[in-house]
Parts: sequence; C-alpha cells; structure tokens
Amino acid sequence: MTVESTAARKPRRSAGTKRTAAKKPPGAQPDLVQLLTPEGKRVKNGEFDAYVADITPEELRGLYRDMVLTRRFDAEATSLQRQGELGLWASLLGQEAAQIGSGRATREDDYVFPTYREHGVAWCRGVDPANLLGMFRGVNNGGWDPNSNNFHLYTIVIGSQTLHATGYAMGIAKDGADSAVIAYFGDGASSQGDVAESFTFSAVYNAPVVFFCQNNQWAISEPTERQTRVPLYQRAQGYGFPGVRVDGNDVLACLAVTKWALERARRGEGPTLVEAFTYRMGAHTTSDDPTKYRADEEREAWEAKDPIQRLRTYLEASNHADEGFFAELEAESEALGKRVREVVRAMPDPDSFAIFENAYADGHALVDEERAQFAAYQASFADEGEGDQR
Amino acid sequence: MTAEKMALAKAINESLRTALDSDPKVLIMGEDVGKLGGVFRVTDGLQKDFGEDRVIDTPLAESGIVGTAIGLALRGYRPVVEIQFDGFVFPAYDQIVTQLAKMHARALGKIKLPVVIRIPYGGGIGAVEHHSESPEALFAHVAGLKVVSPSNAGDAYWMMQQAIHSDDPVIFFEPKRRYWDKSEVNREAIPGPLHKARVVREGTDLTLAAYGPMVKVCQEAAAAAQEEGKSLEVLDLRSMSPIDFDAVQASVEKTRRLVVVHEAPVFLGTGAEIAARITERSFYHLEAPVLRVGGYHAPYPPARLEDEYLPGLDRVLDAVDRSLAY
Ligand SMILES: Cc1ncc(C[n+]2csc(CCOP(=O)(O)OP(=O)(O)O)c2C)c(N)n1
Repeated sequence: MTVESTAARKPRRSAGTKRTAAKKPPGAQPDLVQLLTPEGKRVKNGEFDAYVADITPEELRGLYRDMVLTRRFDAEATSLQRQGELGLWASLLGQEAAQIGSGRATREDDYVFPTYREHGVAWCRGVDPANLLGMFRGVNNGGWDPNSNNFHLYTIVIGSQTLHATGYAMGIAKDGADSAVIAYFGDGASSQGDVAESFTFSAVYNAPVVFFCQNNQWAISEPTERQTRVPLYQRAQGYGFPGVRVDGNDVLACLAVTKWALERARRGEGPTLVEAFTYRMGAHTTSDDPTKYRADEEREAWEAKDPIQRLRTYLEASNHADEGFFAELEAESEALGKRVREVVRAMPDPDSFAIFENAYADGHALVDEERAQFAAYQASFADEGEGDQR
Repeated sequence: MTAEKMALAKAINESLRTALDSDPKVLIMGEDVGKLGGVFRVTDGLQKDFGEDRVIDTPLAESGIVGTAIGLALRGYRPVVEIQFDGFVFPAYDQIVTQLAKMHARALGKIKLPVVIRIPYGGGIGAVEHHSESPEALFAHVAGLKVVSPSNAGDAYWMMQQAIHSDDPVIFFEPKRRYWDKSEVNREAIPGPLHKARVVREGTDLTLAAYGPMVKVCQEAAAAAQEEGKSLEVLDLRSMSPIDFDAVQASVEKTRRLVVVHEAPVFLGTGAEIAARITERSFYHLEAPVLRVGGYHAPYPPARLEDEYLPGLDRVLDAVDRSLAY
C-alpha cells in the first residue's frame, strides 16, 4: 500500500465505526494507519512497520513513561487552574500518543512549531514543563528560549505558526542542512488561510516540513465537519504532497508515520501532511463547557481507545514491563506532580518594568520616555510613605 | 414599566434577538456562535430560536467570515459577525480594510455594505495574550468604517440596533470586562444618534472623555475627585469614528480642561486625535494642554501586570491633578 493510493481511496466518515472494525483487521484500514489496536494488540502494517521494527522494550517503556508523565503534568496543571494558580489551561488529555509518538520521532536538530496544547511534544524536546505554565499563569507571554530546545513558542493565533514552520524549513533547505521541521495545528486551524498558504509555499519550495494535524474532532464547539467535507489528510493531494491519516491514539503508529514523514523531508522529498485522528477528552480549555455542545457518550466511546491503556496492555502481554516498572513510574509521576505544584506556587509575579522589556531589540525613544514616566509615577507613591511599589 | 436591568452581554443578546425577529435579512455569523452561544454567551439561545440558517456557526477562519459576510451583504443580507477576541481580527483585517471599507466608494455609492463586526475588546479579565487588546484606532483610521463602543447595557442594546440598521460597515467594539455589569435597558426609549457623545456626569473643573470600558473608571475617578472638592465632567464618546467633537468642545469650553482616557496605547491613538482637534477648536478656552491616559508603547503585558498597564483610578486622578496644576 502506498500513501498515494491511500489518499486516492474512498474516505470513511469515522475511523472507529463498528462496521469498519468488524469487517477488517484495524491495521489494514486504508485510511487509518494503526500498529497497536485499542485492545493493545500489535498489528502489521506493511508500509510503516519498518519505522518501528528495531524498537526495543526499553524504548517502548520510554514511550509509556512519557505518556504517563505528560498526562500527570496536564492533570496537575488543570487542578492548579481550578485552585486559581493558573488563569487558564489547555489540556492535552487524550492526545498523549499523538504528541509523544510524533515528538519522539524528531531529531535534536529538527525544529518544532507548536500551537498551545503541545505539552507532550515539549516534554519530548526536553523543555522543562514548568516553563509551559508561565504564560497560563499570566507572568509572561511565552516563557522560554525557542532555540535552546528547537521548540518554538506556543502560538495562540490559530494557524500562524504553520507559515513560520514553512519559512524555517525553506531556510534549512537553502542552507543545505538535513534537518526537518514539524508544525502542529488542529482540525479547526485547517480552515485558516495561513494553513492553506503554508501548504502552497511548502509544496512550491519543496520545504522539509511535516504538517502534523491533531484532529481531536473539535474546535471549541465546532465539529470537524464544520471545517471540511473531505478527510483532512486528503487535502494534501490537492497541493501535491502526500497526506496520511494515522490513529492518533496509537503511539507506535504516530512514531512510525512521523519518522517516515521526517525522513522524506530530510531526503529532499518535501512536505507531508499527517492527520492524527484522535480525541480531546476534556474541555477545550478550562473556560470551556463542552456539555453545551457534545454528548457524554462520545467521550465514553473514545475512552475505550485510550492511548495509555492500550500500550500498557501491550507491555504487559508481551512481558516488556513488570509490576516494578509501573510502581516506580507511579512514584515518579507523583514526584513530578509535586514539583510542578511547588514551582507554580513559587513563580513570582514579574517586576512592573517588565512591561517595557524587550518591546524592541534595538531600543526605542518612546519606550524609554514612557518607562521613565512610569518610574516617576511609581515613585510618587513611594514618597507618600510605605515605599512599596504601589 | 418599560426599563429593565440587565447585563451588557445580555443586552446585546436581546438586541440581536430583536433584529433577527424584525428583519429576515439579518444573519449572525461566527465561530462558536451557535450551540455554544459564543465564548461569552452573547449569542446564547439565538440559534435554538432562529435556526442554523440565521445563526451560522462558521469555519475557524476570520478572513473567510468577513469576506463571505461582504458577499452576503452584496446579496441583500445584513450580517452581524462575531470575531471571538480582539487579537483574532487580524486575519480578517485585509478584508475589512481593503474591501469592506472601500467598496461603497468604488461602486460610486451604488452598493451598500451593512455589515456589523462585533469584537469583544480590552483587558482586565486576566486572559492570555491576544485576548486583551484595544485595536480601535487601527479601524478608526480607515475611511469607510464606523467604529463604536458602548459602555453600558442600555447603550449596548440601542447601539447594536442602530449599527445593524446602518448601511455602512460598523466595527462594534464590546468592552468584555463590562459584559457582566448590569444597567437599565429601556426598549421603548427613543435613542440618540449612534455617533453622539453623552455626558454621563456633569462637572465644572475638568472634562474626562472616555468610551467603552474606561467610562466606568472615569465615573469612579470623578466620584473620588468630588470628595476632594473637584468637579469633573465625564463624557462617554460612544463612537470613535466619527467622533462627536462638538460635544467634546462644548464640554471643554465649559470646564477648560480635558483628559482623554482609553486602554489602547496613547501613541497615535484616539486621544491623540481628540487632543489635536480640541487644541485647534478651543485653543483660547484651554487652561492646560489636553492630557491623555492610556496604554504604553509596548505589547499588552501578561495578565499579572495588566493592572499596572491599564489606566485605573489613580492614573486618571494623577492626570487630573497635573491638568489642574497648570
Ligand atoms: C485566529 C484565531 N481565531 C480564533 C481563536 C480562538 N480559538 C482558540 S482555540 C480555537 C479552536 C481551535 O481548534 P483546533 O484548531 O481544532 O485546535 P484544538 O484547540 O482543538 O487543539 C479557537 C476558535 C484563536 N485563538 N485564533
């Protein structure tokens, strides 16, 4: 099965319908690459098996560990928001396999352009999870140096980063380097002009970029059908590059497909669109109320496809992990939760003068003037007595 | 009794409902405006009552939303579109500036573009970046657009009616941190013209001119100043394009001092235009230069610093003192 033929075949509305599951072994679905079934069974896939053929039990445990810790971090952040420590949180619950699988496929010299929910990818890139929280706590508007882990800042304006990723990839190509770029975005973002333009540019310039769309079925209250009438992965064809749909709750398949796409990019074969078919188990963000627009049964159906449980079943069945491993991971997960809590609570409010910091790289007379006025104004309160900043 | 108290968001909701009810050509369009009722619930219940053909959930594409609204308007509809947050209007900025604003003139006045673009704007709700900006000057600068912002529920109700009835495109900035503030809405009132400023508090020593979220701050400042024996007049401009300079001039020629207050950056902002015009019109009446209070020439800061960034009571009163010291 080639990817091109995949793209040409008739799409199925929902990858997980009973009819599909009953008639064909899941791995053979033409429009959904799967290596690990929801029941935790390893299935063959001629095209993509090669990309995980040499994976060791230790690496499998590593993927499991990544997903568990990421989920734990995410849960901690959600409860910190509930406790008033964060202003907002965008949970990745349910999308761990899509993020860990694709994130682990990247090489150190690759560059990642995330949207705002890629906490698992950040984890794979070695970004300290605590760094992700500053923006949601309201102490900064970014919070890390993108170049220290080749993990760009979160982008809130939907779709913008796909163009940045494309431009970066064009730069890589110009430099004759063999690294690649991966850009994350949602199914909703696929409607933005910027995303369409990034497809155009990347195709025209044969840029080494992988577009990784996490189709979590919803863009706040809008279902994917409100964004598109054809399966998203098929869009790539119209731009002249391959698109493939992968089971986004299958970490192995996500790893394999993303490796394949990144290697294509490195070999100079241009962009690829990967659609990770997955589900956002929680609310869009902590300010969203999904009961207004979707039924509980939907979530329940997807819970049966949980990315973490299916790998655990496989690890246990294949004797790749024992009790000790799971117990140790549980302890590690507790410790991570505790550390995140502590770090967030200790995160100081920024100094008032941070308002003026880094507005320009070269400085600016008006900013200097306003900063001085601000200082004088602040000092006018200090003169009145206490000497405190306000 | 004809007046009832309601929150500003609810008043807009009621106004949209009235418009949908009375004119089959009125359409509501935007991301999440249907089932969810918008992220601020301003369109709550409208899709349920008027159907998916009138209250349209759109794809996640602002340029698409405004661009198709233009087409619908060309076909005789009156679309009222919602941009989810201030910082997300820019993908649509091209359509608004290069197309929506200019088409009437290019067509020798033969076509009308009755499109309302609703934008929740401004800070003070502790949001992440792109959710707290005040880009009104960027729109007011463009000929062909009208730009307004209500400060209370009663105005919100009527200004929305008037914006929808206008044959020109109207950028309707909604002060999101006032969405939950309640005030009287009188559905039987005869409202003043959309672009007329309103004196919300009479005074004799100085005029505070503001709009949208800052009107309340100025009213509070005037109340505080009263205790110090200063009498401040508060003017709610209500419209940033056109600006009711006559009303500002009349007030200034009475009080002889003017401070303009807005959340948007001071540099090249609405206040700059007012300062220039009033200096020109009322030069010999002024006892002090027109002062401005607003945001800095810096990106809107993270939430934990927004109280320092946004004009509050103290900064307004500080400007009042400086003006009175001349
Ligand atoms: C340009 C723009 N418009 C609107 C928004 C508000 N908004 C934030 S997230 C979101 C939905 C995004 O859905 P999707 O792209 O599917 O990503 P997901 O959040 O589901 O991962 C919307 C409408 C925004 N951030 N940027």
